[in-house]
Amino acid sequence: MTRTVLSALLSHWRRRPFQFVTLILGLALATALWSGVQAINAEARKSYGDAASVLGGGGLSELVATNGGPIAPETYVALRRAGWLVSPVIDGWLPGDPGRVRLLGMDPLTAPRDGAARDAIFNSGASGFLGADGVLLAAPATAERLAGLGDRIRVVDGLAPGIAFADLASAAALLEVDGYSRLLLLPDQPLIQQPLAAIARDLIVEKPATADDLGRLTDSFHLNLTAFGLLSFAVGLFIVNGAVGLAFEQRRPVFRTLRALGVTSAQLVALLTIELLIFAIIAGAIGIALGYVIAAALLPDVAATLRGLYGASVEGTLTLSPLWWASGIAIAVLGTALASATGLWRVARLQPLAAAQPRAWAMASDRSMRAQLGLAVLCLLIAVAAGVFGGSLQSGFVLLGGLLLAAALALPSVLSALVSVAARLSRGVVTEWFWADTRQQLPGLSLALMALLLALAANIGVGTMVESFRLTFTGWLDQRLASELYVTAEDDAQVPALLAYLEPRTDAILPIWSVEREVLGAPGEIFGVVDHPTYRENWPMLSAAPDVWDRLAAGDGALVNEQLARREGLSVGDDITMPGGWVISVLGVYSDYGNPLRQVIIPNAVLVMRYPEAERRDFGLRLPRSDVDDLKRDLVEEFGLHEDNMVDQAAIKAFSLSIFERTFAVTGALNVLTLAVAGIAILTSLLTLASMRLPQLAPVWALGMTRRTLGRIELIRALVLAALTFVLSIPVGLALAWVLLAVINVEAFGWRLPMYLFPADWLRLGGLSLIAAALAGLWPARRLATRPPADLIRVFAHER
Amino acid sequence: MLLDVRDLRKSFPAADGPVTILDGVSLSLDAGETMALSGESGSGKSTLLHIVAGLEPADSGSVEINGVDLKGLGDAPRARLRRETIGVVFQQFNLIPSLDVAANIAFQARLAKRHDLDWTRELTVKLGLAEHVAKYPEQLSGGQQQRVAIGRAIAAKPPLVLADEPTGNLDEATGDAVFDLLLALARDTGAGLLIVTHSQRLAARADRQMHLSHGRVTA
Amino acid sequence: MNARALLVTLVLALGAEAAGAQGFAGLGVTEDGFALPDPNARFAYPDDHGAHPEFRIEWWYVTANLSGPDGTAYGVQWTLFRNALKPGGADSDQVWMGHAAISQPGGHLVAERLARGGIGQAGVVADPFHAFIDEWNIEGPSLSSVRIFAQGTDFAYDLDLKADAPFVPQGQNGYSVKSDSGQASHYFSQPFYRVSGVLTLPSGPVAVTGQGWLDREWSSQPLAETQTGWDWVSLHLDSGAKLMGYRLRDAAGDDYTVGTWIEPDGTPTPLAPGEIVLTPGKTARVAERSVPVAWRVEVPGREVDVTLAAIYPDSWMPTLVPYWEGPVRLSGSHPGVGFLEMTGYE
Repeated sequence: MTRTVLSALLSHWRRRPFQFVTLILGLALATALWSGVQAINAEARKSYGDAASVLGGGGLSELVATNGGPIAPETYVALRRAGWLVSPVIDGWLPGDPGRVRLLGMDPLTAPRDGAARDAIFNSGASGFLGADGVLLAAPATAERLAGLGDRIRVVDGLAPGIAFADLASAAALLEVDGYSRLLLLPDQPLIQQPLAAIARDLIVEKPATADDLGRLTDSFHLNLTAFGLLSFAVGLFIVNGAVGLAFEQRRPVFRTLRALGVTSAQLVALLTIELLIFAIIAGAIGIALGYVIAAALLPDVAATLRGLYGASVEGTLTLSPLWWASGIAIAVLGTALASATGLWRVARLQPLAAAQPRAWAMASDRSMRAQLGLAVLCLLIAVAAGVFGGSLQSGFVLLGGLLLAAALALPSVLSALVSVAARLSRGVVTEWFWADTRQQLPGLSLALMALLLALAANIGVGTMVESFRLTFTGWLDQRLASELYVTAEDDAQVPALLAYLEPRTDAILPIWSVEREVLGAPGEIFGVVDHPTYRENWPMLSAAPDVWDRLAAGDGALVNEQLARREGLSVGDDITMPGGWVISVLGVYSDYGNPLRQVIIPNAVLVMRYPEAERRDFGLRLPRSDVDDLKRDLVEEFGLHEDNMVDQAAIKAFSLSIFERTFAVTGALNVLTLAVAGIAILTSLLTLASMRLPQLAPVWALGMTRRTLGRIELIRALVLAALTFVLSIPVGLALAWVLLAVINVEAFGWRLPMYLFPADWLRLGGLSLIAAALAGLWPARRLATRPPADLIRVFAHER
Repeated sequence: MLLDVRDLRKSFPAADGPVTILDGVSLSLDAGETMALSGESGSGKSTLLHIVAGLEPADSGSVEINGVDLKGLGDAPRARLRRETIGVVFQQFNLIPSLDVAANIAFQARLAKRHDLDWTRELTVKLGLAEHVAKYPEQLSGGQQQRVAIGRAIAAKPPLVLADEPTGNLDEATGDAVFDLLLALARDTGAGLLIVTHSQRLAARADRQMHLSHGRVTA
Repeated sequence: MNARALLVTLVLALGAEAAGAQGFAGLGVTEDGFALPDPNARFAYPDDHGAHPEFRIEWWYVTANLSGPDGTAYGVQWTLFRNALKPGGADSDQVWMGHAAISQPGGHLVAERLARGGIGQAGVVADPFHAFIDEWNIEGPSLSSVRIFAQGTDFAYDLDLKADAPFVPQGQNGYSVKSDSGQASHYFSQPFYRVSGVLTLPSGPVAVTGQGWLDREWSSQPLAETQTGWDWVSLHLDSGAKLMGYRLRDAAGDDYTVGTWIEPDGTPTPLAPGEIVLTPGKTARVAERSVPVAWRVEVPGREVDVTLAAIYPDSWMPTLVPYWEGPVRLSGSHPGVGFLEMTGYE
């Protein structure tokens, strides 16, 4: 019996292939966007995980210097000789093409026995690994980026991406360091040890931080992607919900007959569930394949972003795990369940003799609209609560999500109210009927319109955020990159001669000396500057003490970047404890967009005194812009300086902006995809409504309106609804932008950006949404205009 | 002559050759005259009505309303004719669900730009719908809905009113009342009324009767 | 005791390409640039207690048969291996490895350490003697009077070793031949240590006394290419005499078995192939492989015919290159105690 009933149910889809395509398409699109984003995130996280397991020795604690500096080999040996099982690591960066490649110097002799890095070394059969001229191991993609090192690179499959491994001695030689970055503390320590303080007073035990930091830094980025994936998924579910609901309503006579023939309601629901499950699996598989295409297309951009913005290593290749397939199918099934829950519920309660009312599907009562409005208010309250009491990235996203959901849920009520007002204001019978009919159609279209609202609001919000960011960022770059040319000496020995040569050829030489240290517990940079008008005139200060530059020059305090100030709640006048334990007060806070690290600026003299090991080979040069090329050429000739050692302002700007563009390329792509899905939602809603609307349109036609007029009115209705939705999406989008700029960005990156409005972009988007609605409305309208009268007459002739 | 139908023929394609619905039907109707058209199910009476209403073209023959031949009319003039000259009452009422009773009654009159507020009010009272003007079709009983439909058809005071089984969906008592109302209102407004009904009892109340069988006039 | 040389090459797991077909852990390979043992050289103490970095491999190897107050038998091992990654003798080209173990009723206790040379993490100073890796030491005014310390996560030991007898050259005046084709090493021992001290076991500290044995050996190429492993014994006979013997198993056929008979006064007599016979007895399953834990040792010329039985058959060293090393008890013609080492059992 099951098979007979099932085939009776399935025959519906044979007769309505379009509905079938709609259902599958909606579900597949939803799954595709969701699983595509998930694949990207998973790939990135896997990369972090791989990196974490080698960098942190798989979650081992570490000994680090309290001043964040290198650890002397003597200290390491003293620890080993005192019974401390520790393993040294040298951690640094090699120039790669493209980007930098992390170099990890390991001691395979003392490394944790089950550590990933040691396994890699021992399993790779790498003879010639030990020693200062030993080989470097790297994954194939990473090895390609290090082609400059020639045959010192040995390719090993399965190594963490973006990281090269070398013996401690090799790393020390390549990076020109003579101390260790940190000491891994092995999990099993021997019975008898001297106290740490008795051997190495300046070392402290620390939980592994490197990978976690990366995770935290990139969290916002992944949340961003996830939010978009979720949004697209929701939009896709709107389509599915529409298709399933309609299919159920249209089959009510069949259900009724089946019930009358003795099929129980439980059997019917079970069979419909099986039917939907089959569809979900088919659509899920298609969606996953599509998702793979999306992910593969977007991953290179994502990888470039993560590398450029966060220094995180993600290779641009995608690996498919069975888990990913499974979760894709699962989300498709879950989505189907969600989208068809109400339909199944109604079937379960269907009375065998109840009349079919396809119109009822399109007509929601005022009560349900009020309930939805109530839900919207609730969402809004939750969002506001998250905004007021939150203070974390997660609460920021709750605020964001609540706001969007509230807006979407409130949309039908708001549109209904607007249409009622329009109806009341309208004169003329056709307009009156137009508005009344529009209002009547709202429930059937509301899901699609909600999808459109979300897509448009996301577009406006993200667009405003990106454009505000771009405007701020480029302005800031112009200020910040005041020097015309940046030069790095080949080595310390070259510096004096270089300075002597540059002195007469430049207006000013600004040393840019720095050390990388943990500042108040997180990775940071400490820069030294000299007192020069360049800084006074250009440095982008957000807040500052009076005479800040005079006082800085006098060694009275330090400048901190906005990220550090926000994270630690610092303001001008506060004291901060610097690495090494000394205290200095904050003289000013400056904006530092695009930098994931904390930053402190102190006078050069102080930097050199406190951190003698500071890198002192970088200089900013002020000179007439027209002289830059000549000077670069001469430096190559005179000093054999490598091209890479000289970067002019324009090149840095171009590079920074390219990172910026890539960061938001993915967002932009997802934005467009979401809008496209919303367009499809409108189209499918209109098309499904069209077939149900004949009984409503036929009398109007019979009373003396041409089909062409009716078609035109249908098209205008789609446009009017899209336009109204678009207008409503502007405030929602701006609220979204505000949340992104003032809440999410602050939590995620530590900087707050001013918000700029771009009405021209809105107009463009408005035009776009009207075009989308027109495209979506054109086909149903045309079908109506050319409908044979016989179809319309049938309305009067047949019992429905 | 208000309505002049001559030698109307219509057939529909079917699996085993065309099925003839109308096989040379002719009739005429004067202003203020009521005619009942009866016949078995499938005798072609609804099709005849649809052709007369300009909803459907005939294969051959002619329909003239107030001397205008429908055959030569395009989509737009045909729609205008429906709007201004003809009122139709359907078996299924076919009201506009998004409009309330008052708006439904006034709808065609306003389309035809012949809306007379006083007359519409009077009509509403005559139809017994005065208390229901603000209601929507779904809130009305069948008899009430059909009275709205009659009101809609009469409101523009069209010269020709067509009714297709107006009582077919109503119980006998309600049907009788609606039928009488329709006759009375047609006479009031001086319209010619062509009613399709399969009820001989109701048909007898019209000025003239005509019987269709297998697409031909038999009486 | 060249056998242990193979262990050193575990360090060459870093360069494991050489391992496999050619002998156990790659020692059969001839490598240019390292010094070769010289049959005419004679030991000079204390200089020869220190390292010989011009040779490729070298070790300081102490075993001890100990007993506690209740008569419980214990075995202790302390080993430091040196392996040169390349010839030239530079400190930074050395890799050091330490093994420490206690054989005891509650299970075999093992620790292993590795260290690179040239940074002071491991090394050997001849005079005053000091061998170390991490916090493990053999330290004393001279190698005849040392204190040894080693520990792992669950054990430690701290022992005094004293000897009055002279160091004993093995083989021909310390030139120890390993195969018919001439591979050899420099090899001397100190088999006369009196030992006392404390073992820290998971169950608590135990005071122990007993006898100890030191082996010093260095070489550059001590094995024939077909030799696949060895079995080595060092025996303290109750008579006061000592006996060292080893059998090099050869994939090509004949095993190579030699030894040294050492009088109670330390006078050595080399035992040529055929003068000492080592015969494996019953086996035990240890670490998922079959290892002979009973042996028959015969020296017909000395009327020695003893059976060795492992006191703790679980004395398995699960180190980078795994092997079996533990105390044995002797019965038969000459009762006593000793140590057994077996490598190359896969």
